[in-house]
Amino acid sequence: MTDAAVALPARRRRSSASYRLERRIKKGFLVVAVGLVLIYTLFPYYWAIVSSTKQGAALYRNTFLPAFDLTYYKALYENRIFLGSLVNSAFVASSTTALSLILGISAAYALGRIDFPQRRGVLMTILMISIFPQVVVLSGMFELINWLGLYNRPSALILTYLLATVPFTTWILTTFIREFPRELEEAAIIDGCSHFRILTKILLPLMGPSLASTGILAFILAWNEFLFALTFILTDENRTVPVAIGLMGGSSRYEYPFGQIMAASVTVTLPLIILVLIFQRRIVAGLTAGAVKG
Amino acid sequence: MSVKLARADRRAAWMFMAPMLVAMLVVAVWPLARTFYFSFTDAYLDDPTNYSLIGFENYLEVIGDRTWWIAVRNTLLFTVVSVAIETVLGLGIALLINQAIPGRGLVRAAILVPWAIPVVVATKMWEWMLNDQFGVLNQVLISMGLIDHGIAWTANGSLIMGVVIFIDVWMTTPFMVLLILAGLQMIPGEIMEAAEVDGIPAWKRFWSIVLPLLKPAIGVAVLFRVLDALRMFDLAYVLAASSEQVMTASIYARNRLISFQELGIGSAASTWVFLLVAFVAILIIGVLRLDRAAGEAP
Amino acid sequence: MASVELKSVSKSYGGNPVIRGVDLAIRDGEFIVFVGPSGCGKSTLLRLIAGLVPVTDGEISIGGEPVTDVPASKRGIAFVFQSYALYPHMTVARNIGFALETLGLGRDAVRNKVAEVAKLLKVDHLLARRPRELSGGQRQRVAIGRALVRKPEVFLFDEPLSNLDSDLRMEMRIEIARLHDDIGTTMIYVTHDQAEAMTLADRIVVLNHGVIEQVGSPQELYHTPKSRFVAGFVGSPRMNFSTVAATGIGADWLLSGPGGLRLESHVTGNRSTPATVGVRPEALSIVAPGSGRLDGVLERIEDLGHEHFAYVRLDADNSWVVRLPARPREDRDTKVGLSFRDEDLFLFDESGARLDHAASHERSAAALAQTSGGGIAA
Repeated sequence: MTDAAVALPARRRRSSASYRLERRIKKGFLVVAVGLVLIYTLFPYYWAIVSSTKQGAALYRNTFLPAFDLTYYKALYENRIFLGSLVNSAFVASSTTALSLILGISAAYALGRIDFPQRRGVLMTILMISIFPQVVVLSGMFELINWLGLYNRPSALILTYLLATVPFTTWILTTFIREFPRELEEAAIIDGCSHFRILTKILLPLMGPSLASTGILAFILAWNEFLFALTFILTDENRTVPVAIGLMGGSSRYEYPFGQIMAASVTVTLPLIILVLIFQRRIVAGLTAGAVKG
Repeated sequence: MSVKLARADRRAAWMFMAPMLVAMLVVAVWPLARTFYFSFTDAYLDDPTNYSLIGFENYLEVIGDRTWWIAVRNTLLFTVVSVAIETVLGLGIALLINQAIPGRGLVRAAILVPWAIPVVVATKMWEWMLNDQFGVLNQVLISMGLIDHGIAWTANGSLIMGVVIFIDVWMTTPFMVLLILAGLQMIPGEIMEAAEVDGIPAWKRFWSIVLPLLKPAIGVAVLFRVLDALRMFDLAYVLAASSEQVMTASIYARNRLISFQELGIGSAASTWVFLLVAFVAILIIGVLRLDRAAGEAP
Repeated sequence: MASVELKSVSKSYGGNPVIRGVDLAIRDGEFIVFVGPSGCGKSTLLRLIAGLVPVTDGEISIGGEPVTDVPASKRGIAFVFQSYALYPHMTVARNIGFALETLGLGRDAVRNKVAEVAKLLKVDHLLARRPRELSGGQRQRVAIGRALVRKPEVFLFDEPLSNLDSDLRMEMRIEIARLHDDIGTTMIYVTHDQAEAMTLADRIVVLNHGVIEQVGSPQELYHTPKSRFVAGFVGSPRMNFSTVAATGIGADWLLSGPGGLRLESHVTGNRSTPATVGVRPEALSIVAPGSGRLDGVLERIEDLGHEHFAYVRLDADNSWVVRLPARPREDRDTKVGLSFRDEDLFLFDESGARLDHAASHERSAAALAQTSGGGIAA
């Protein structure tokens, strides 16, 4: 990277000023590189904001400042179907998160703390489930959903999302639980606690941060899911937001409602970005806990 | 022997895992088994109860289909190219963030934004930016005098796969960055200080110290990303649902299953996807293991 | 209060033996210390007694009752952990009272007992705080309080002082000794710190590779170690060892070793061949070259103020430490002689077992008589 510009090994020592210059140049490179990375990652979202506040012809003129015309947003918030899909998404994502945290923490306690011979096998199975392609279960899931009478209902999505979120929460929470000092739990055993009491009175109160980071990741996973939401929901009023946006379109290519789509995109992504900014550290902890120790 | 104590613990373990195991049986094992089963039948989605077993006919039908092979080729191309770019770019950005630079926390938060954005939204955003007439990218290129008139990025057959890869790289590089960054931070600072004091030049520090120590972290990140890329569906579907140019194996399977209502053939295609992913997974894990074993040998 | 008995207790993890057939009888009210190098199984043995780890084989009884299948909380034991294992989210009061609360005791009863224990351990002014707001020593007291409140019959300590700095460690060591004097409960204490073992223990159990090497009073271990391992483990700086060549007939041996060491020795009892000699640093003195038992070069001197360690090189592979009350007159890099009394010589055979020899036999009896009043400075 930018480091490559620096320093041959200094056999002969040069003047102190030349080292200072070298350091400044290096720093300059770093600042430019950081600027490029920031533009690369943030500009698309910024551009979506800019575009969503422009109307008509202005939309097609590329000025880099927002026009603060909120017509698209007004239209969006008067659009019952879109609002409905927001509600559906919130309902599905939060129920999925809650459910998978409960299932995950209970299983993670057993997998992280109790010695039993099949532990490795169970963990491997969980890992395998988390990597197999969703499309593989599509036929079987379709039948299951129909059989349960859940077709075209948001609750169908909660059930199907467990396929992705539960292995994930179980796996991450297991690594988090393993990080707790074992002596803490031994102390609780000596104090006469049952496994259930250890989990609820000792571990859960201490696992707030871990649960938060796992929960956020599960929420984002569920909020962004597309394939099942597209397949198991038939009518517009039951859709989740990603599908609603994905299916937005005009009557022809040239009437494509980009302004509206951008407004919707900004709206949908805003809660996620706020979550990310607030819980940045926790998200990173959760992501890396799952992977690095796996 | 205090088997009693051990047995009580074991029973407790299964009780705590029971809810999770039941959920997995319902949403993973059972549907998977049904998919396998359906793949040997001639069932149709509109009437799944009326079918007969037809052996491997569906599997042959799928591999006899030219479109299937195009989808497989697309999937593999997409996976290899995008994961390769993500790894290099991710490594670069991780090294950058790992430096003592002003606004490091800001960069770290900013890098998470593309990752948190739903695939659909990211796709729409880029589709708009890459629009042939009004897209900001063409406008910028024209104003810089690099091109005369807008390039139809998403309509042009030869460019669209590039676009898909480009958007995927934008969305998933953060994941790479974070995993590699975690690996970087596990390298003891003293090792780097020792090398610096010894006068080892920066590129050599990177090549002979950082990279070998990062290998496990990069290996895991690549494994996760490859398995994820192989099952890619939403990005290509939203960008160009019907285009053969970017049809992935997952899209092909879903098309047969849902659009054509062919429950049997669709299930067989899904199973092929499953086998493809499993094969690649075993391959990569094997390579990682070998690598690790080689590293441990004296 | 209760006795503790282990009968051929074994523990293995996945076929890997950690504890191999340990037999041990601990008397009621005794203070027992487990010592051994790291990985010798001392902590595991303590956890087996506690019931935190199920035994693979063997029987454990506490107070005459078999408890092998009894869960930890019902064994009448209390455990003080190395990391203290205080519940970080609970106040000191709740930490101490949590076991009673779990038992279903009323709130007032719990509060009274907690107050009583807290007063005894002088942490009554800290009851509303959380563990992270306490100093190391205070945490230690709370951890002991949490154990004490359950009125255990056996106290188990797992390296409880290892996280404290040395001043505090000495202070807490004395407090634990006082606690034992006051309540007289059976205590089992794991440590790797010799000073703790020597000062606290009625009897020390030396463990090595999951097997008991020797059980005995601190004095017994110091003066009559059963093996080279125990001899090397007890005492600081550790005993000097050198390999010797032995020639002889029957029980009479001529031993020759580095630094011109030549000894005649009559082995009594065990008939095996001596392979190693050992002398404690405090039993050596520096004399003029040629006038002692062996010669070497004075390589360096460490001055600790109240005592001095002289390192004397005998040959390329052997360097002995001499512990001296005052700085030796000899300069560095000069030739010196080393002298010791016959009764301070230890002999070990190839397997490491100590051999009684004519001199050392008399010595041990005399030493016991001499030290039983004084105790040993480690």
